[in-house]
Amino acid sequence: MFTQVKYYQPYNSPHDPCPPIRVKSYQTPPQLYIGFQPQNLQQFSPKQALYCGTLWPAFYSPYPNPDGSDDK
Amino acid sequence: MWYYEKKLQYPVRVSSCNPQLAKYLIEQYGGADGELSAALRYLNQRYTIPDKVVGLLTDIGTEEFAHLEMIATMVYKLTKDATPEQMKAAGLGAHYANHEHALYYENAAGSAWTATYIAAKGDPIADLYEDIAAEEKARATYQWIINLSDDPDLNDGLKYLREREIIHSQRFREAVEILKEERDRKIFF
Repeated sequence: MFTQVKYYQPYNSPHDPCPPIRVKSYQTPPQLYIGFQPQNLQQFSPKQALYCGTLWPAFYSPYPNPDGSDDK
Repeated sequence: MWYYEKKLQYPVRVSSCNPQLAKYLIEQYGGADGELSAALRYLNQRYTIPDKVVGLLTDIGTEEFAHLEMIATMVYKLTKDATPEQMKAAGLGAHYANHEHALYYENAAGSAWTATYIAAKGDPIADLYEDIAAEEKARATYQWIINLSDDPDLNDGLKYLREREIIHSQRFREAVEILKEERDRKIFF
């Protein structure tokens, strides 16, 4: 399943001065995956499109992720 | 840390005394898309990139220093025995006034290298796209220098360096694919 956030676990040394952040996240927004836009994609309502910044849900990339999955 | 091998990555041969070519080649030494910018860009970005691609940035950044050394050798050979008159005729009079025959990190127009040539955004996708673009720009610069050059021995080295830009671009594109893959998913928050 496609997600717009990925995670990795950076190396932490026992000698690091600050408390370690064990999991870090980065964004992988939808335009990385789509290539040339296919025809007849599903569309938002005009009002919703204005709010989202795009007519197509396939390209919508909320930030921060509403489910909090990209919280540090 | 690094180990140093006292030899060039690919042999550098220069067939004619041509300081004017050195003026063009210096673009790959201290220009925005040159080898110094490339090496410093990758070796700086690698600290804040996901672990899976740190090694790639280390390896390519290191190879860029090997390329820098080849360009330095080419520039040195092209200018080391040039008279002040020849330097002036090659458009290197201002360089001679400031540096004599010393090399300097500057572009073909004589502007000194600046850290603003390199980027580090901290976002892994943004940084890798930057790196891909930098490789393509370096490849194009090699093409334009080859077009300006009539030295077949020198061009042999430049064609090798152009091919390395292509391979580096390919590896950075593969790194993007690795980062796009779904793995190490956070199970709970």
